[in-house]
Amino acid sequence: MSQVVEAPVRAPQPTFEDDQVEDRPWVVIVWNDPINLMSYVTLVLQKLFGYSRSKATQLMLQVHNDGKAVVSSGTKEKAELDVSRLHAHGLWATMRQD
Amino acid sequence: MSRRGISSRGDGTYRVELPEEERDVLAALPDQLREALDAGEPTLYRLFPPAHSDDDAANEDYARLVGRGLVDGKLKALAELERTAHAKRLDEDELGSWLGAIESLRLVLGTQLDVTEESYGPLDAADPDAPRLALYHWLSWLQEEVVQALSEPLERGTATD
Repeated sequence: MSQVVEAPVRAPQPTFEDDQVEDRPWVVIVWNDPINLMSYVTLVLQKLFGYSRSKATQLMLQVHNDGKAVVSSGTKEKAELDVSRLHAHGLWATMRQD
Repeated sequence: MSRRGISSRGDGTYRVELPEEERDVLAALPDQLREALDAGEPTLYRLFPPAHSDDDAANEDYARLVGRGLVDGKLKALAELERTAHAKRLDEDELGSWLGAIESLRLVLGTQLDVTEESYGPLDAADPDAPRLALYHWLSWLQEEVVQALSEPLERGTATD
């Protein structure tokens, strides 16, 4: 990759106003647990988020191997809805602002 | 006679091949879980996990917002399993209720038995928990059957991606 070298310009420092904090997306995390079947987790991710079989399987394996995976993101309201749908299906899910 | 288990018939309905005594168990289990729900047993926490890892106030808001809906959804699935436990054929919604009800039953039983990923080996007959572990393993088998049956139409639908 090439890089154009320019005279340094003092860029204004970003200020972290409240609205910027509000704008940061929320992520929904599914955690590994010893009870849920791998095939079940894959099916739930397909059904709730419309993910393809391969994407859902990949996320399920990430949960299984790494202990957790981010399965969706968006506004706080969307994250809350997604978490509640995952809870309705018995998955261990939490949300946090990224 | 088809093999024991659950299979898609290809017309949006599902064939259930289970012996009567296993169906009797399925019909009886929802009542046990409802009793546990009424009694507020601590193992039920697994059915209603917190939405935030480290924010108690947000969890209280979340529980207020969705708690009742989650309980109602789980009770509805249990009632459907009870109602259809002896059916030979189920539609997709009914089998979806089986999936949800079996999920709740496994979560509570698995939490009571403190299962780990190593709990899937052979049963030790001397273990006082052996009968309940056997029930847990049977529910795991049945849930896998339901998942495979429900995945079949999905697979056909997404065969090109």
